[in-house]
Parts: sequence; structure tokens; C-alpha cells
Amino acid sequence: MQKILLGNEAIAQGAIDAGLSGAYGYPGTPSTEIIEYIIKSPEAKQNIIKAHWAPNEKVAMEEALGMSYAGKRSMVTMKHVGLNVAADAFINMAISGINGGLIVVVADDPSQHSSQNEQDSRFYGKFAMLPIFEPSSQQEAYDMMADAFALSEKTQLPVLFRSVTRLSHSRANVKTRPSLHQNNLHILDDTKRFALIPSFAKKQYRQLIEKQKYLAELAEASKWNWYKEGTDQSLGIIASGIAINYLLENFPDKIPYDVLKVSHYPLPKEHVRKMFDRVDKILVLEDGYPFIEEMIGDYLGREQKVIGRLTGAIPRTGELNPNIVAYALGLESQLDETIPEVVVARPPQLCPGCGHIDLYEELNELIPQIGEKRVFSDIGCYSLGVLEPYNSIDTLIDMGASIPMAKGAADAGLKPAIAVIGDSTFTHSGMTGLLSAVWDKSPITVIISDNSAVAMTGAQPSAAMGRLYDIAKGLGVEEAHIKVIIPLKKYHDKNVEIIKEEVNYPGVSLIIAQRPCVTMSNEKKDLARKFNTFEPSY
Amino acid sequence: MKKDIIIAGVGGQGILTISAILDMAALHSGFNVKQSEVHGMSQRGGAVQSHVRISDGPVYSDLIPKTKADIILSVEPMELLRYLPYLHPDGYLVTDLNPFKNVSNYPDEDVIKSEIAQFSKHRIVDARSLAKKAGNFRAANIVMVGAIADLLPFDDTLLKKVITDLFKRKGDRIVQMNLDAFDLGKKAVSAEIV
Repeated sequence: MQKILLGNEAIAQGAIDAGLSGAYGYPGTPSTEIIEYIIKSPEAKQNIIKAHWAPNEKVAMEEALGMSYAGKRSMVTMKHVGLNVAADAFINMAISGINGGLIVVVADDPSQHSSQNEQDSRFYGKFAMLPIFEPSSQQEAYDMMADAFALSEKTQLPVLFRSVTRLSHSRANVKTRPSLHQNNLHILDDTKRFALIPSFAKKQYRQLIEKQKYLAELAEASKWNWYKEGTDQSLGIIASGIAINYLLENFPDKIPYDVLKVSHYPLPKEHVRKMFDRVDKILVLEDGYPFIEEMIGDYLGREQKVIGRLTGAIPRTGELNPNIVAYALGLESQLDETIPEVVVARPPQLCPGCGHIDLYEELNELIPQIGEKRVFSDIGCYSLGVLEPYNSIDTLIDMGASIPMAKGAADAGLKPAIAVIGDSTFTHSGMTGLLSAVWDKSPITVIISDNSAVAMTGAQPSAAMGRLYDIAKGLGVEEAHIKVIIPLKKYHDKNVEIIKEEVNYPGVSLIIAQRPCVTMSNEKKDLARKFNTFEPSY
Repeated sequence: MKKDIIIAGVGGQGILTISAILDMAALHSGFNVKQSEVHGMSQRGGAVQSHVRISDGPVYSDLIPKTKADIILSVEPMELLRYLPYLHPDGYLVTDLNPFKNVSNYPDEDVIKSEIAQFSKHRIVDARSLAKKAGNFRAANIVMVGAIADLLPFDDTLLKKVITDLFKRKGDRIVQMNLDAFDLGKKAVSAEIV
């Protein structure tokens, strides 16, 4: 059967058809549509495949590991920075190994379309000493998934499955095949390797190292890596993942040079050696960091046999495109991106009627009294508050950083210090920061801008819905200093008063600014209102 | 046969719907397609674009190379100009004439028009008014599909079938409105088609 699938949907359908039993994740561009697709899939429903949005990536990964422990095939999905959050589980489940096949799908964001950085997840794969798959097309993403699960079970290791924005968010024809059956519940006779006390862990770590030779052999023989000899030996090209498409775009009929296409790591050394022996120069094309280039290039840069991002043949940052690749190949290429002067920038902005706008207007009224540059914020739609016309927030580093940064700044004497965080970001990574502030009686005010959704990625359900008041109380915020406000124009003055009062309180105060996301359907808004039963503090 | 089309506009203007229509028509015709799109934060009122590549042979890159687009179709006139580096020297510029002003420094509309007029192969359509005539200004994106229908490797029957399938779950009235929007877009440019 042939369908048009988004890269992320091809990954999801590939997993469903490979006998998947459970998929876990936390929304994050460009990875979100994988879990969304499985949640909506009638096949997944029929085959009772679990699809769940966890409160954060670490929890999602551990849930996937639990399903694998019980013998079933599981998948966990996230954006690249989500792997930082899940890294503890990721590195250590490489040590313990898995039981049912476990695929870690990470979507990187070269060019930082929606991210703080363009970190390359292949480094994590290498760091954890795990096999990595890097599909070059939607069809390959689909086809590889069954192979990835088989490899995972054969090696008893998780497999890192790396996508990038341009694959995850591009549609193409995909041929699908009949589904495999799910694994039965099956617990290993000896489960000790999942208990990483040092005596067991040392043994497991040695085994992981011993497996490396086998992993290299598998990658060497993998059908996802191939070598084609060319006729012109002045240049050889190593193209990983989707980079091969940009090469083929420039040479649709025949590539004159030797080409090594890499989609399965560890990097196949024999293939690389062959290229070193056959050609004068090697151009490395990879979307992301110069991962392969750094591995095979000469450290001192004297010979420059290997060229790529580190030598300036390819720009050091940003995603590849057909023009950049053409230029690196010495072909005629349009690099000029000049557009008529009349065209002005149109950055994203908060939706008309959004509750974050009202909150920022309230906060802005207070800033002249409480002082500038003391609003620590976080990741979500409300991050747009750093731009004109609001300029209400001052920081955005990583999920949950707002509260601990406010506490640290308050410890340094910056008083008052304010944290602005979204509801889903709060349950993702904000709660422990709040506990720390409560424990230390820090003079900070935390404002949870609660729209009852993971709004920026498309209003997925938020684990925080209906629970914020009780969480704050449970973590020890004094009830007299937990306030609920509704960010609407008609409450503007009251809200300003409440915020002012709490900012002046010399301990932890917490304000829940609550109004459902305007992009949600009326049905979803009603559901949010039904859950959020705490009364406004008017 | 090979068509490279850039679809441009502002988040929320129905860019992805246009892309979906072209994708489905390509699938029905047995063509290969790659269609790159924008998700996430930029969708919130920011500039968005979609690269649609249709071919009877293989399609490699998800992105259209610069100077290779056969058509740049925009639902907003300034957004049309943002993608000019992609236009093939023989390519078409097609846009709705109605600006979407959500930035304070939005340029003079006449300057935009004169920039577009420098290109001989251009079509400017009052899609918003035509969509209103069909029943709802929000169907301006479907008017624009009509405005490039003659440049696509699909016949109208197929495009109308795809539009019908796409809006079926919203009821007959919405389907008819979108079909009318398509026809009005087609008619609006018919004078220019020889």
C-alpha cells in the first residue's frame, strides 16, 4: 500500500508495522508528530498499542525501558534537547541492555528552526556506545524501523534512531507492508543486569565494550550503508542521512566520484578505509555537527585530505541544502539569498487573545516599581515575551531553568526575583526547582502561566491540568501565598495588585495565571475548565 | 514531468492545506512527491512556506534548489517576495493581493506590487474577495489553488475530487464552498491564460 507520509509519520507507521507495543514521548519540535500519529492511528487502537505523552523525556524513556524489560517492543521519542533530559536513562540502559526491542527516536534541529541549539544526537549514540540509524528518506525511515527493532533484540541494546527537521517535517510517498505481531510478555530468567550496582555494572560495562566489535561488523555489512565507485578519483564523498539526497539532486544521473552513504553507525571503517585508499580528497556531507568529519579528519589540519564543515567547504552551522552542496562540489550554484528590501521580517507572535499577553501586560505595569532584568523564564509560547512589544522576560535556557535561576539570583541578592513558567514546563522540570526554593525559604515569586496545554507544539494534553494548586501545596508553598488569577483585561488591576503583593512577600509565593489556550477547541477548553476547579483569589 | 512549487504565507493561512491538495493529487496520479513544511513556533503568525516537488521520476532533495521553482504561490503579497531567490527565470509568481498586516513596519503595498510587476509571468488575484463570494474569506487558499490549476500536471476533475475528499468530513456545504472558491480562482486568471 502506498501513502503520503510525513517523515515522522513514516517513523510511527514503521514502528507500528514492526510489532510495536508502546510508544512514549514528550512533545517537542520537530519530533511531536510521531506520538500524535500513533495516538490517532486506528491500527494502533485496534492492536492495543500504548501511546503516551509522559511529563518529560526521562520519564518517557524509563517507561519505554520498563516495557522492554517486560519483553515487548517499545519506542521513545523526543527532540534533540530532550535527550539531554533523558541522558541518564539513555547512557545507563546501554549498560544494562534491554529485553524487548527499544528504539530511541531523536529528531535533531539543524538550523535551530525551533530550538536553543543544533546539537547532534549522534554524539550521544557514540558516547553511549550504541548503534545509530540515520534514515535518508521517508521510505527508509519506514523500512529501517523493523530492522532497528531486530538489531536491538539481536544485540540486546537500545538503538538510537536519528532524524532531522527536514526529514521529520517533509512528506513523501511511502510503501507500507503488513504488520508483524507484537512480542508476548516475557521476562528474562536472569534480570540481574538491570540492577546496576557496581559489581553487576562493571560486568555489564565490559560486555558493552566487548560488543563494540560486533556492532562495527553489523554496520560494515549493513544494507543501509553502501559504497559506489566513481570514475573520477580526485574526490570521494561521504554522505550521511539526508545529505545523500542533496548529492543526488546535483548528480541525478551519475555521480562521477566514489560515494559512501552512511545510515548505520558505528561508522563503517572498512568502507572509509577504501575511500582513503582510492581518492585524493574526501568531502563529508552531514546534516548537523561535523561528526564523521571530526572522526576521520586530521587533527592538525595539515593535510586537509578530509574537507567539510571544519575546513570551510561547508558552512560550520545550519542545515545543508542542494545549493550549499553544489557549491562544495564546485558546481554552479546560487548562494545569494538577497530578497527585495521591501520585505520585512515576520517573526512568530502570540495569538490574538492569548492569556500570556494579559499576564505580560500586568507584569510590565509592575516592572518600573520592582526593577528590570529580573524575570527568569522558560520554554513555551510565552518565550515570545522576550520580544517586542512585551520585553517582559529576560532569560530562557532550558526546560525548568526559570525557578532555580530565580532562586540563585535571589541568593545573590537580586530581590525580588520572578520566575515565569508554563504549566507543562512546570511539571516537566519545574517541580524540583520549586521544592529547592521552598526548602531554602527563598524570596522568589513563581508565576505559572497555565493554559492547560503543551501549546507551542500543538496543544497536546498537559500533565499539569487540574493539579497545579495541589502540587504547589504539596511541595510546601504556604497556602496563603498560592494565588489563582485569570489573565483577562477585566481583571487587570486586581491581577497587578495580587502579583505586587506576592512579589513583596519575602518567601516563596506562587501565582497560577489560568486561562485555556485560545487555539484549543471549545470542547478542549471546557474539559480544562472542568479539571481546573480551584477558585480565583479575588 | 517535474514541478517545483513554493507555497508561502503567514502561519494560519492554510498553506498546509494547499500542500495537502497537491500531495493527494500527485499520489492519485502515480507521481512521486516530496513536500517539506514548517511546524512549531513559526506557525504562530510567522512567515511560513512549503516546498512541493512533484515528478514522474525520483525526487531527491526535500528542498527546492534556488532558481528552480516553477511556481511561487503565496496567500500574501509580501510573503511572495520573500522566496524570490527560488524562482526559475521562466517561473510564475502568483499571489493573493490582500496583505496580512501583523507587523508594525509592513511596507507600502504599491511598492510590493511594483516589485511583483517587474516579473512578466505574474498573477495577482483578489482571493479574499472571491473566497467571500464563495462563502467564507478563509477559503482564499483554495481560490489560489484554482489560480494555478492550469499550471499543474493534474486535470480539474482530479483537483476537485481531492478538494471534496479533504473537506468531506466538514459537510456538503463546506465542500461546495471550497469547490466554488476553486472555480472562482480559475476564472479570475482565465483571461491571462492563452
